Amino acid sequence: MAARNDFTDPERVAHVAKLARLALTPEEQAVLGRQLADILRAVDELAEVDTSGVEPTAFAGPEGTFRAPGQRVAITNAERLANAPEATAGAFRVPRVL
Amino acid sequence: MIPAADWTLCALADRLATGEVSAVEVTRAYLDRIEALDAAVGAYLTVDAAGALAQAETADRHRGEGPLAGVPIALKDIFLTRGLRTTCASRILEDFVPPYDGTVVRRLREAGAVILGKLNMDEFAMGSSTENSAFRRTGNPWALDRTPGGSSGGSSAAVAARLCAGSLGTDTGGSIRQPAALCGIVGLKPTYGRVSRFGVVAFASSLDQVGPMGRTVRDVGRLLEVVAGHDPYDATSAAVPVPGGLGELPQGADLRGVRLGVPREYFPETGLQPAVERAVRAAIEQLRDLGAEIVDVSLPHTKYAVATYYLVAPAEASSNLARYDGVRYGLRVTADDLQGMYAETRGQGFGAEVKRRILLGTFALSAGYYDAYYRKAGQVRTLIRRDFDDVFERVDAIVTPTSPTTAFKLGERLDDPLQMYLADIFTLSCNLAGLPGLSVPCGFDEADLPIGLQLLGRPFDEAGLLRIGAAYEDATPWKARLPGDPPEVRR
Amino acid sequence: MTTRYEPVIGLEVHCQLLTDEKLFCGCPTRFGADVNAQTCPICLGMPGVLPVLNRQAVDYAVKAGLALGCTVNRRSHFARKHYFYPDLPKGYQITQYEVPVLEHGRLEFDVDGVTMSAGIRRIHMEEDAGKSLHADTGSTLVDLNRAGVPLVEIVGEPDLRSVDQAVAYLKALHAIVRFLGICDGNMEEGSFRCDANVSVRPVGRAELGTRVEIKNMNTFKGIHRALTYEVERQIAVNEDGGTVVQETRLWDDAAGRTRAMRSKEEAHDYRYFPEPDLPPLDVAEAQIAAIRAELPELPRARRQRFERDIGLSAYDAGVLTSERALADYFEAAVAVHPDPKLISNWLTTELLGRLPAERIGVSPIPPASLARLVALIGEGTISGRIAKDVFEAMFAGEGTPDEIVAKRGLVQVSDAASIEAVAREVITKNPSQVEQFRAGKAALKGYFVGQVMKAMSGKANPKLTNEIVDRLLAGEGT
Repeated sequence: MAARNDFTDPERVAHVAKLARLALTPEEQAVLGRQLADILRAVDELAEVDTSGVEPTAFAGPEGTFRAPGQRVAITNAERLANAPEATAGAFRVPRVL
Repeated sequence: MIPAADWTLCALADRLATGEVSAVEVTRAYLDRIEALDAAVGAYLTVDAAGALAQAETADRHRGEGPLAGVPIALKDIFLTRGLRTTCASRILEDFVPPYDGTVVRRLREAGAVILGKLNMDEFAMGSSTENSAFRRTGNPWALDRTPGGSSGGSSAAVAARLCAGSLGTDTGGSIRQPAALCGIVGLKPTYGRVSRFGVVAFASSLDQVGPMGRTVRDVGRLLEVVAGHDPYDATSAAVPVPGGLGELPQGADLRGVRLGVPREYFPETGLQPAVERAVRAAIEQLRDLGAEIVDVSLPHTKYAVATYYLVAPAEASSNLARYDGVRYGLRVTADDLQGMYAETRGQGFGAEVKRRILLGTFALSAGYYDAYYRKAGQVRTLIRRDFDDVFERVDAIVTPTSPTTAFKLGERLDDPLQMYLADIFTLSCNLAGLPGLSVPCGFDEADLPIGLQLLGRPFDEAGLLRIGAAYEDATPWKARLPGDPPEVRR
Repeated sequence: MTTRYEPVIGLEVHCQLLTDEKLFCGCPTRFGADVNAQTCPICLGMPGVLPVLNRQAVDYAVKAGLALGCTVNRRSHFARKHYFYPDLPKGYQITQYEVPVLEHGRLEFDVDGVTMSAGIRRIHMEEDAGKSLHADTGSTLVDLNRAGVPLVEIVGEPDLRSVDQAVAYLKALHAIVRFLGICDGNMEEGSFRCDANVSVRPVGRAELGTRVEIKNMNTFKGIHRALTYEVERQIAVNEDGGTVVQETRLWDDAAGRTRAMRSKEEAHDYRYFPEPDLPPLDVAEAQIAAIRAELPELPRARRQRFERDIGLSAYDAGVLTSERALADYFEAAVAVHPDPKLISNWLTTELLGRLPAERIGVSPIPPASLARLVALIGEGTISGRIAKDVFEAMFAGEGTPDEIVAKRGLVQVSDAASIEAVAREVITKNPSQVEQFRAGKAALKGYFVGQVMKAMSGKANPKLTNEIVDRLLAGEGT
């Protein structure tokens, strides 16, 4: 495994930014990289906690129920597309997917 | 003009119910204050004067129908309001007009509330100063060059400046309680699952909770009664009955038989402003005088809350914010191809703090790091929850400071995210454990800036917290103190 | 000496569930609605929306799992799988990752009359994505009607050792989900989709070869061709001293080959984590018991019963159990008139000749009518030839066989005297044919029988007519 805290590596910042689909300017990449490295250094203190045999809290709530049939938020066709940057014939339009 | 803004929400609701005042005149009074004063405060992102007056007219035709009939409130701009722009203080949603009302908005409307507009916040609720808004700065009504707190800083400023009778915020790591403390008002973060999250823009799904903000404990209780309760549109909302009478808690009650825990980890040697410590210690003595038994307790994993939170919340946020891709709504920045469109839309649409957290969260979930970061944080979260379970075996509620400091200067911590994150050290654990937390005013520092007292309770014991809060509020002079109006800047 | 290779194949099948509503919102799931008409804020991935689980989808998934002998996990979890694509509205798909609802099953199937079986690793629930329609203008159009439709992914173990086994496995699975009524099995519309993991290794070697994932196969035939091509390709790569690359390849049906997907995107990092908006999925023991009690007899068991207990040929039993409605129809008819062979014949040749198997449930001829028709033939009331006319009339909705026979006066004449009278007349009127017959042209017998039938409007009892014509032509009584 790579070093735990490798946000100091610009390529790592670029890789994560790409995964997250975030275009960053070179300055942003440098500043964010430095800040994230600091934050990761701070959160690394968790490593000292003994969590063997502890289940993670993935969900902090009550047990759920199923949906009742017919439960629906009805909206109009116009409302579906009203916020769309680009729409054609009822469909959302995007640059061609390669 | 009637002095509508001088009345608490409960007092106003009662006057509206009896017909002593009309909803239209009350709404006009508030709109007039917003017009005159909000240029200086900067609380509102959108004022819906026409919509508010129409709702007020309806309320006047149906006087007394609904516990909030005709009461003008305002919402953090994270609540989806059908037909009314909802931005989350982000460029990426600058022009977004929701096609549906969220559950709490629907419940407010059904209760007769008048929605004056939408309030400023940190972008996507990420921040502790409201400075991460893409649109405007909000000043603290007690000192306009200082932060109102965040992320619900527009809400705390609007309530403190009497630009609305009450408000709703959201709290993921302290975003209701910290701004309430910094603005000298009351804020309640209910138990996770107590209030529906449907129609609330998600930040961190396992931590987010909607809550009321108001001038008094009873105002907050009245709002909670309206918005709380099971919602079939939110699978994490609890089917636990909501107690009634929270807006009419008995006056001058004592606290005999109540056991309050004071956790030593919340009074650190460094980082806690002396005036805050003094005020909170004095408040604890006041609670003892009211009959409460004060017990020293320990929450040993407290020191890991910040680290835990800054892995869990960004991870969930990186996922929740993946939908802002410029395809179906929101900002789109065109580029040569689809991948470019995604990256530019998100790169230009999100502000620095949001990008920082998306990167952090994406990293914490990515292959090879998940176990060391996200999973580990989830395990420590379990230990933090167990700390509380243990303490609540012995006490009914926990008393702490809400924020380690009073309101800091705008701009002071902008370049130091870690320092900013420390503003939430006393509020984060409550979200990690899913517990209810209440902040009530407990005094002022040397610069006349408000200080907040935090009460943490057992799951679904909001009523217990509000009873303690009301008893304290009744016994102290703080709620009578309001900031003076800022200079008028009429456009 | 040449190395012999064996393929190792595992199939991943996505079945769209025939629920009334989507998995996490109340939108309808019908196929063919206007673009985006079946969407709401939830399946559009609007800000603020939350998923709430559809119970019917859980029931259907459990049904599939029980039919495949899976263990039901009493508590399972949903997870988010992240990737960016225009038809994935939230930027993540809600699926199940670490703990799926069903695990450890087994599927039996027959290859050339030999029964085999393969393991089912897991069955998990997930939501479908929408559809991207590639316009020719440099744009892609996104229709989200399908987004959020419930799927189960049935992940098979790599237990299949030939392409024929793989296809037989898939057909068996297809029949089961259709029998259960949880999936319409339509491969071309994408409601039953199959991806394959294929590797090859020298026979006798224990460790597996490098695995290649094959996608974009839309018919059983296409799957057979694609897997055959891919197995041969991998063997050729090995034979040429190359190495098979671990990759995803798309089947190009027109070109008849697989090709590597452009690896423009870096290797996926789906960043799975537990879905915080959904509580764990708890399946109660009572729910499992109720679903188990409702499980129909599955196609294989039913086919075996048809062969063993009813005595049908393997072929007929196979045809009749290819579709649950068809098997139900058959059994309903046999219950009315226990002549399974004749009913099977009429059903497979006549009714299936006019109606596709999946529409048999809405046939204009109810099972009881077909049974009665067969009974009328057996009783000698009508001839097989007349029965075809009656069948046509029944199919046209003219009534029950008895009504049609009565209305049209089609009752068979089995009175020997009447037939003989007509036969004598025919023979008298055709002296030259009689002469030819007697000179040895035996085939002319059919001519006489035909003439008798014609004169009697087809109602003469064929067996009796033949006997009488034989007797008269033999010279008896002339």
